[in-house]
Amino acid sequence: MQLHAKTPSGPLAEKWDKHRFELKLVNPANKRKYTIIVVGTGLAGGSAAASLGELGYYVKNFCIQDSPRRAHSIAAQGGINAAKNYPNDGDSIWRLFYDTIKGGDFRAREANVYRLAQVSNNIIDHCVAQGIPFAREYGGLLANRSFGGAQVSRTFYARGQTGQQLLLGAYSSLMRQVAVGQVSMFPRREMLDIVVVNGQTRGIVVRNLITGEIESHAADAVVLCTGGYANVFYLSTNAMASNVSATFRAYKKGALFANPCYTQIHPTCIPVHGTYQSKLTLMSESLRNDGRVWVPKTPGDKRPPNQIPESERDYYLEEKYPSFGNLVPRDVASRNAKAQCDMGKGVGETGFAVYLDFADPIKRDGKEVIQQKYGNLFQMYEKITASNPYETPMMIYPASHYVMGGLWVDYNLMSNLDGLFVMGEANFSDHGANRLGASALMQGLADGYFVIPYTIGGYLAGTDRPEITTDHPAFKEATHYMTERTRKLLSINGKRTVDDIHRQLGHILWEYCGMSRNDDGLLKARKLIQELREEFWKNARVPGSSEDFNQSLERAGRVADFLEFAELLVIDAFERKESCGGHFNEAYQTEEHEAMRDDENFCHVAAWEYKGDDNDPELHKEPLVFENVELTQRSYK
Amino acid sequence: MTKSINITLKVWRQKGLHVKGGFETYPATDISTDMSFLEMIDVVNEQLTLDGKDPIAFDHDCREGICGMCGAVINGRSHGPEKGTTLCQLHMRHFSNGDTIVIEPWRAKAFPIVKDLVVNRSAFDQIILAGGYISVNTGGAPDANSIPIAQEIAELAMDAAACIGCGACVAACPNASAMLFTGAKISQLALLPQGKPEAANRALAMVRKMDELCFGNCSNERECEAECPKEISISNIARLNREFIEAGLVSAVK
Repeated sequence: MQLHAKTPSGPLAEKWDKHRFELKLVNPANKRKYTIIVVGTGLAGGSAAASLGELGYYVKNFCIQDSPRRAHSIAAQGGINAAKNYPNDGDSIWRLFYDTIKGGDFRAREANVYRLAQVSNNIIDHCVAQGIPFAREYGGLLANRSFGGAQVSRTFYARGQTGQQLLLGAYSSLMRQVAVGQVSMFPRREMLDIVVVNGQTRGIVVRNLITGEIESHAADAVVLCTGGYANVFYLSTNAMASNVSATFRAYKKGALFANPCYTQIHPTCIPVHGTYQSKLTLMSESLRNDGRVWVPKTPGDKRPPNQIPESERDYYLEEKYPSFGNLVPRDVASRNAKAQCDMGKGVGETGFAVYLDFADPIKRDGKEVIQQKYGNLFQMYEKITASNPYETPMMIYPASHYVMGGLWVDYNLMSNLDGLFVMGEANFSDHGANRLGASALMQGLADGYFVIPYTIGGYLAGTDRPEITTDHPAFKEATHYMTERTRKLLSINGKRTVDDIHRQLGHILWEYCGMSRNDDGLLKARKLIQELREEFWKNARVPGSSEDFNQSLERAGRVADFLEFAELLVIDAFERKESCGGHFNEAYQTEEHEAMRDDENFCHVAAWEYKGDDNDPELHKEPLVFENVELTQRSYK
Repeated sequence: MTKSINITLKVWRQKGLHVKGGFETYPATDISTDMSFLEMIDVVNEQLTLDGKDPIAFDHDCREGICGMCGAVINGRSHGPEKGTTLCQLHMRHFSNGDTIVIEPWRAKAFPIVKDLVVNRSAFDQIILAGGYISVNTGGAPDANSIPIAQEIAELAMDAAACIGCGACVAACPNASAMLFTGAKISQLALLPQGKPEAANRALAMVRKMDELCFGNCSNERECEAECPKEISISNIARLNREFIEAGLVSAVK
């Protein structure tokens, strides 16, 4: 299979303009004849459904929660990047583009990332017009702050709830379209499969989570905005219902899955405290501006932190990276925390935590200043741990947070299946092997507000699609397959709960395919995943029926998909014989234990094609060509 | 310090809207005080599942207090006894060994029960779609800094915008009123210059929709403010009333 990224020719800065001109247009009168399905109502899905509705398309929008306002984009704390250069500190579209490409360890497509930087400014304009209460300076103009991986202040924010405010903005625009009948909302629906007819994606089947009914919906195109798969690790900062099912079902229908091994482990999360823990909570990375990371010098030192004298503390990040200190990028900070704990120097009840200490900044600036900067975070920390970070150092540990991998898409954000578009975290396109802070919100909204409205028109105007209804055999087939699968899940009647098996899957991946990977571990993980999958289908217990509200059944379907997807993740990690961004193979590191890329052999996107349950997937490579930036080794010394 | 407690749960179980519900009693043993309330229910549900019984249905998602999906009435209090806390952020250290905890769904005519602790809150979406937005299409916005907004005004708007739409205010109100929820959205948009052109229309449409959906009236009980996990102030209700009266009396909108 030949992968066509369909990147327009011409100079980088002119590609998007040129492409927009070349894309065919749909006559306004014809738009209302087209139905577009959007799955997901996060920043990408909500903004896409609203914008497509405004243009005049008829949109069917689906979400698993009870309301489109609850998608997990809502939990993003820090902010959203844009190249406005309001602070006059040297920012530009080119700089935002370059920072993002470099932050992704040179594993993203230049043209996509440049477009992202270009439309970033339109996003801020639109969001302000929607009434999003961004932080302001005294003079009434918008405030900016700094974030990781950049030397300019380009992050716009609304307290620690930027994701919430942006999502509610998209939701309000969406509701406006629902009110005028351009968008129909289908909440509490889970996508079970896509329906492909004559090579074109023409609809989906979903489970109505209230009644259990499997419903069919036909359309002219389908847009998946179903988020990331970080919950494959069981414990992550994602919401409980975040899953891989929609993208994985599309993969099994022929869509290529790209770079699944690029997973981001965030360094500053509240550590795991017990086996019953259901999720991990992120503490914003802004804390590392002042907090100092340390562990005791002596392994096994169990003294309380205030009894460990200065001379017996190891400030390992400051020691090892004198110029970046505690502000090294996420992947580097995470790996170092793990290394310290593996040496037995971890702290807390489990030994899997390091201190993030504010004693020095409090002494230097006073408690009030620290409170002003981080008050809400300190409060959240205390609520969860019952420990006061003004008096005792915080304990933190890395946690699975975001995934850069996703379905392969071309420049138009269309997968290799005609009519199947994929946006936001669900696609692979913009963050390479590592995402910078405040860039996920930017990408989701760029895709939904400013890319898909153009590119989907080009597709619809440029293709012939026969008239199709949900009576088509392809819908019956998908419905039948899913009904059978549900029946099978409910009839296993084994002795282990689905959560119990999911937790074990998480352990396997965290151990062998987490922050640091090696070939032996990956081979072992693959075998363990196969065994666990077998056990799931023999020994899981899924109570209840398929004909009502059954949350256990919802989870079982998702975990069944995670158990298959996990193997693909491991296969991809095994195949990538280099270290880059979030993927660290111990065999490929510099003398200072930093990630070492192999640009000669691995400067490509790894896109996997499903070849049946009993066969290995087939690897297709899309070479990454860099015409505008020079590939360099990242260094933070 | 982590310790374990044993407690008894009295949980409202109801198979569906038209099925009679009632309380069931379940022991929850060896519960770590570091667990969140929802993790405690997870543990009980694991056991129910293994015992061949139907686990307790409850809504939840982000488990970090921002999505607004979770919520139940705990011993008569929306989201439990801690101030400014969603149910998912309530931890078991606030309970003692031997406690009996009564867990009920939000009870309001406008929030029909789906199952057990799960209710249908789509009425909130209906209120928003009646006018909880600024009518601006993607693509036509002026530069973001072309409208300066005083910092205090932006902060006030943000205070109102922090609402997570969980429904605790409705559950806490003796009249099952949605005034705090509606007032928060009307306030956010009325405070900002971008929201002014449609302010009158918005206030009338949202309040009428709220009445139509069988939410009760506000009689200044202030229970909503006391139980709101995001501590939204009832001054937003006052602003709603001002906007509503002004719209009805002096605006050009009918």
